[in-house]
Amino acid sequence: MKLLTLNFLTCAIKSCKSTPASFPLHPRDAELEIVEADLNILFLKNILPRLMWDELRVIGSELGLPELPSTPPTREDLVEPSTTAIAAPTSDGTRDAGEEEEEEIPTQTAKDLHRVLLETCIKEGKLVCGNCGHEYKVLEGVANFLLPGHLV
Amino acid sequence: MLPTPSTSHICFDRVYEPAEDSFLILDTLSSPSESSFLRSRFNEPSSTPPLVLEVGVGSGVVLAFAAANASAIFGRNDLLTLGTDINSFACQAASQTISTALKDQGRQGSMYLDIVNGDLASSIRPHSVDILIFNPPYVPAELPDFSRHDLFNALPEGQKTTSFDQDSYLLELSYAGGVDGMIVTDRMLDQIPQTLDLERGVAYVLLCAQNKPEEVKRRIRDWGTGWRAETVGSSGKQAGWEKLQIVRIWKTTL
Repeated sequence: MKLLTLNFLTCAIKSCKSTPASFPLHPRDAELEIVEADLNILFLKNILPRLMWDELRVIGSELGLPELPSTPPTREDLVEPSTTAIAAPTSDGTRDAGEEEEEEIPTQTAKDLHRVLLETCIKEGKLVCGNCGHEYKVLEGVANFLLPGHLV
Repeated sequence: MLPTPSTSHICFDRVYEPAEDSFLILDTLSSPSESSFLRSRFNEPSSTPPLVLEVGVGSGVVLAFAAANASAIFGRNDLLTLGTDINSFACQAASQTISTALKDQGRQGSMYLDIVNGDLASSIRPHSVDILIFNPPYVPAELPDFSRHDLFNALPEGQKTTSFDQDSYLLELSYAGGVDGMIVTDRMLDQIPQTLDLERGVAYVLLCAQNKPEEVKRRIRDWGTGWRAETVGSSGKQAGWEKLQIVRIWKTTL
C-alpha cells in the first residue's frame, strides 16, 4: 500500500475518529518495497494542498526514510525553471491548461515527492492507531481494517 | 462508448462478477448529464485532485472505469481512486483490474491509490472523499453469519484454494442485504455525511425497487438543510423485482 493512501485513512473504531491522535496511523514492523510508477507532474502540483505534511513527515521518519523538509514544497519547486517559462503558468498561478502545454521537466524535489507518495509501498507490517493502540495488519500490500465483533 | 475494463483474470467463484447493476453505474457516470454535473463540480482550475472512493469494489470494474476514463468523465486526469471491500479476495482482484485498466489507458488515466480490506468507509479519514460510489448488497435475503468472517477471508491454513462453503459465504456478502435489502445500505448512508467533503462531496448509491427508493430518498433529504437525493440513472423498466436505479446524494449550499 502506498504512503499517500495513509493520508486518507484513520482508525476504524468510531470513538477514535474524533480524536486527533487517531491520524495518521503509525506504521510498525513495516517491510517496504518500491513499485515504480509514472510521474504525473500536474498531479503532484495539485495534490500539495491536500497533503497533511506534518503527519507525512512523522510517517516517513517512523519508516526510516530520508527526512522530509519541514515545509511542503511549492508548485514552483516541482518544475525545472527553464520549463516553467515555456509552460507559462496562468496569471492566478492555478492549474495549467494541460493537454497543449509543453512538457514540464520535474525537479529532484518532484521526483523525491513522487517516490515517497506513490512508489514507496508497505508490503507487510502493521498500522497502529495513536489513540487506542489498535494494530491493523498489512498483508501482501493490503491493509486489513476489519474489527473483531466487540470493537465494532 | 468508453471501454469497459477487463476482469478476465478474476475467479468469480468468490468475487462478484460484473452484472447489470455494475454496468448501470458505468453508464450513469459516463452519461452526458452526469458527466457534465461532475465536470462542473470538479473542473475548477484551482481545485485539488478529487478523491474517488468506491465502497465494496468487488471485481473493481467500476473504480477501474472511473480511473481509466477520468478525463472523459471528470474533465481531469489527476484524480485519486481508492477502494474498500470486506472480501480480501476482492481487494486483490480489484487492484489488478484497476492497474491493468490504467496501463491500457496511458496518460488519460488517473492516480490509483489502493484497495483496503475493511467495513464500508469506516477506515476513511472524515470528510476526505469527494465522490463516493456504492453498489451495495441490495437483495432482500438473510445476511451471512459474520462470525465466520476471519476464517473465510483468507485461504484456509496450508491450502491453495478456498472451500465451497467459503466461496458461498464470500458471494453472499456481495448480494445479501437483509430486511428490504437495506441493512448494509442503511449503515453506509449513516456514514455518508461524515465521509464526504463538506463542500464538494457527492455520493452515488445503487438501489433496487425492493429497497423502497422513494422512501430512502425522503430520509436522505431529512438529514438537514441542503441535503439532496435524486435518481440520475435507471434500468429494467419492465417492473421486474430488480428494477435498479442510481441515486445521487449531495449537499447544496443554498
